[in-house]
Amino acid sequence: MSDELFFQFIAKKLITIKKMNLTLKVWRQKNVNDKGGFQTYQVSDISEDMSFLEMFDVLNEDLARKGEDPIHFDHDCREGICGMCSMYINGRPHGPKQKITTCQLHMRSFKDGDTITVEPWRAGAFPVIKDLVVDRSAFDRIIQAGGYVNVNTGGTPDANEIPIPKTVADEAMDAATCIGCGACVAACKNASAMLFVAAKVSQLALLPQGQVERKTRAENMVAQMDAEGFGACTNTGACSAECPKGISLTTIARLNREYFSAKASSENV
Amino acid sequence: MSWFNQTFSSTLGKKLIMSATGLFLILFLIGHVAGNLQIFFAEADNGRLFNEYALFMTTNPAVKVLSYLTYISILGHVFYSIALTQRNKKARPVGYSVENASANSAWTSRNMGVLGTFVLIFLVIHLKSFWYEMHWGGIPVQNYDGQEVKDLYVIVKAAFSQLWYVGLYVFCMILLAFHLSHGFQSAFQTLGLNHKKYTPLIKKVGMAFAIIVPLLFALMPIYVYIQSLG
Ligand code: HEM
Ligand code: SF4
Ligand code: FES
Repeated sequence: MSDELFFQFIAKKLITIKKMNLTLKVWRQKNVNDKGGFQTYQVSDISEDMSFLEMFDVLNEDLARKGEDPIHFDHDCREGICGMCSMYINGRPHGPKQKITTCQLHMRSFKDGDTITVEPWRAGAFPVIKDLVVDRSAFDRIIQAGGYVNVNTGGTPDANEIPIPKTVADEAMDAATCIGCGACVAACKNASAMLFVAAKVSQLALLPQGQVERKTRAENMVAQMDAEGFGACTNTGACSAECPKGISLTTIARLNREYFSAKASSENV
Repeated sequence: MSWFNQTFSSTLGKKLIMSATGLFLILFLIGHVAGNLQIFFAEADNGRLFNEYALFMTTNPAVKVLSYLTYISILGHVFYSIALTQRNKKARPVGYSVENASANSAWTSRNMGVLGTFVLIFLVIHLKSFWYEMHWGGIPVQNYDGQEVKDLYVIVKAAFSQLWYVGLYVFCMILLAFHLSHGFQSAFQTLGLNHKKYTPLIKKVGMAFAIIVPLLFALMPIYVYIQSLG
């Protein structure tokens, strides 16, 4: 593209970028013990190419300028891989689109003049620390309860030494795409963590490397999930529909199988 | 806690009981609806076959065993549904102010407790009307070839000649249909039975079951009511 064409392209783009004015109803809460409540904010001149988090950045800069406390929210990678950006937007985790995180949500999914309600994940096991930030360490404790994985030491094995059917490797990989965001818990009417635990149990149960601790892992992770106070699974499917990675309900069926067969046959009495 | 108690006090174990009892109740519904189809032909012999069938159902030892299993299933299903629903409510102490649940899940799946409660209210009324009367009530008696047989058919006709009663039955059967439209396939998922070869079939059969069985049940009081008019 010649410089002139490029310049024209940018100029045109600048003219056609739509700017939006929005009303935000955001949950504000000072700390775990604070009761909290909604605050209404106006944001203007929002580009539809901004991500939802960038829109919050604009609002926060504005609040900082006015000497107000900026809205706290979790974020890190801003490219859909860390799972931090927990926001319950207009009644759905990560907003109106499927299979994306909040950082991947663009403002073009909204209309000029919209009112957008933003709440933190709601679950007894995910206490609100501040504003939209919740404590998801319950997930870490479930992972810890799963324990270690035995591996062979010694020389580096050949890459293809252990045969694994492609379909099985794919299924394990699909389960392993879970980023631990907690949208499944947020979406579930029971605040159940079944989809998360199912993904974590599946990714190892499917592979030869995961066999040694297979039964104990399923038993311990489920026990920890219950101890954290997550709800039971009613098979509504809300988790899977809202999961940014599209983890399937078949993983939950697998967790049921893994757990029941482990309980019935493991050496742990 | 023993491994056995651990299993059945876990959320997964409690759901296993919901699934097993639910599936047993589904089997019970098949038997119950099949037997009661006689209502549609009972007027021809003034209810004799129907009454003899009712006598058989209350006295045959094999049926007795099945009926006790049914009572246990209902009690277990209701008990664990209360336990699970309470736990599930507690898992979200503070709710959302805006919810768009219909975007990600079916209404029936989110309202199993409400639907089940109506089915339970129905069961109590239904059992009082027929089961209680048959066992302990003062029912008129028919003499069939020297054998005294309780005339349940008269009771059925009397009950179903009241419009409000028929309406209640039809309403509750619609709710049962909703309960089953989610419950049937959900029970298989709880058992861990989800496979791309079979799950589509299970879902279709479940939906057909959820429509056909409650529909047949609902047609019975409607049929008897229309008969009572003419
Ligand atoms: C003929 C009667 C009934 C049948 C055939 C039936 C069948 C079922 C089935 C198959 C399920 C699915 C279980 C699973 O997801 O694994 C279920 C779930 C459920 N049933 Fe029933 N049910 C009946 C009556 C009742 C009654 C009387 C209640 C009373 C309160 C009830 C409450 C529930 C609840 C709350 C669930 C959902 C549990 C959960 O997943 O959280 N049901 N039922
Ligand atoms: S299963 Fe999906 S929704 Fe749940 S934590 Fe993992 S990625 Fe997030
Ligand atoms: S910020 Fe990492 S997934 Fe959104």
